[in-house]
Amino acid sequence: MPTSTVFTLIKQLLTKKATNPFPVKYTPGNMHAAASLIESGKLSINPPVDIPPNFRGKLSYDVESCIGCKLCLKVCPSEALAFKPDEKKVKHYVSRCTFCGQCVNICPKDCFVLTDEFLMAGLDNYSDELVLNP
Amino acid sequence: MSDKDTTYQVPIGPIHPALKEPFMINFRLDGETIVDADPHPGMNHRGIEFMGMHRNPLKVIPLAERICGICSIVHQHMFTTAVEHAAGIEPTNRARYIRTIMAELERIHSHVLWAGVAAHEIGFDTHLHFTWKIREKVMDLLEFITGNRVNYAMWTVGGVRRDITKDMYPKIEDTLTYYESLYTKLEDIFLGDPSIRLRTKDIGILTKEEALRLCGVGPTVRASGVKKDVRIDQPYAAYGDLELDYIIPSKFGYENTGDVFSKTLVRLKEVVQSIDLIRQCVDQMPDEDIDSEPKKAVLLNKLKKADGEGIGRLEAPRGEAFHYVRLKEGREELDNWKVRASTYNNLATYAPMFMGEQIADIPIIAACIDPCIGCMDRAVVVDVSTGQKTDYDHEDLHKLSVEKTKRMLGGSL
Repeated sequence: MPTSTVFTLIKQLLTKKATNPFPVKYTPGNMHAAASLIESGKLSINPPVDIPPNFRGKLSYDVESCIGCKLCLKVCPSEALAFKPDEKKVKHYVSRCTFCGQCVNICPKDCFVLTDEFLMAGLDNYSDELVLNP
Repeated sequence: MSDKDTTYQVPIGPIHPALKEPFMINFRLDGETIVDADPHPGMNHRGIEFMGMHRNPLKVIPLAERICGICSIVHQHMFTTAVEHAAGIEPTNRARYIRTIMAELERIHSHVLWAGVAAHEIGFDTHLHFTWKIREKVMDLLEFITGNRVNYAMWTVGGVRRDITKDMYPKIEDTLTYYESLYTKLEDIFLGDPSIRLRTKDIGILTKEEALRLCGVGPTVRASGVKKDVRIDQPYAAYGDLELDYIIPSKFGYENTGDVFSKTLVRLKEVVQSIDLIRQCVDQMPDEDIDSEPKKAVLLNKLKKADGEGIGRLEAPRGEAFHYVRLKEGREELDNWKVRASTYNNLATYAPMFMGEQIADIPIIAACIDPCIGCMDRAVVVDVSTGQKTDYDHEDLHKLSVEKTKRMLGGSL
């Protein structure tokens, strides 16, 4: 039956994929070999999709300017922040963070900034990369 | 209904990880025909309301948006409206417009997603991929505005947290034109295609009387010709300033039959309405602050002193949804919080819709009120006379549904 469904089907077969083939068009079986090929310039990386302008990534925390007012603890929905009484600073557990950015809004000294960093996978929730100001 | 006059009992549900609101339906069958459907909601309890009662309102906003995976905006919108109502805080006018734009963008993405799910349930995976591909455009726009594809963290008590500035207008307009250019095609596929018509026309009928009696909400009952839309009946955000009308099939020259076809029609026409509403919002957007209380520490104090009850009521893509909040003076946390989502109302409309249909129609009828369709997992058929059990999982049901499409087309596809 020559319905629009059939035309759509044929057209979809010939359309370019919407997915960005990152890092390379055909994923190689051996990533290490591919990495060395990329280093030697024989293989070029497909550029990743741009990060959106208001992207909410990993927090950065400015320990120096923090005054220890504890306001950020009052708005953190996932309790990813802990107060260190002897230092009068806060500790941030990245693995608990939901990236809502409410601490950024409430901080009177602008200690928190949401960066563009999104590669946060790790095996240990309490490793140095995943705890700010440990 | 007694067991004597039925042959089979098919319980479907209750638990599947993909569900927001897990429920179970007990079907009684006479051969292939459904003679009784008995929905059982309340099978899963996450205790989100209880968690909310141990947090202050600003902490609850990100929690509220996680009630639903698709309507992130709906729940934070309702919750903030309820808190504003309870505490007597007014959002700024610009915030009202931004909220409306965001809510309508979400309606577009939710309805386009639903169209894909419906097509998948009757065996047209090409359309599933087509609709979900075009849905990406609005997801990209939402990501561009808020920085995230879902869980937008956009709302705050008294306004919004991110502005929609003038330099974002071209991108919004671009997205709207994209959907407008594709709309005719969508309509052609879902309303014009004879094979889809066969599976949706006169299937899962909800009469106007039943729709009113069972208090269904949203596109589910608008398809039956019930004029019910919170955006018009009790305008919130900026809807009072905008021009909009009830979307019912008779407005476009169709009959208000309340079958799956009319529900599809209503949802597709609402996409066009949303495009129009966003354009109106962008044109009329006032120049103002986006937040009536930018100092959040002051706001927290104000909320601690507030005493009273508030409600947030709005038209989610699936229909009317509702939040109730009670604040007590001197208590930082919420005193009480109650959420009623639209699927809860619409579950009751399942009973008349399933009546007299076949097992193979279960997937598309279950999908037509737009719940999370993963519930089709774990169905068991019990033969009452022999006690023999047969498992029907989602794939079996899906296969039955696809086979029915093929059968109805006489193998011509």
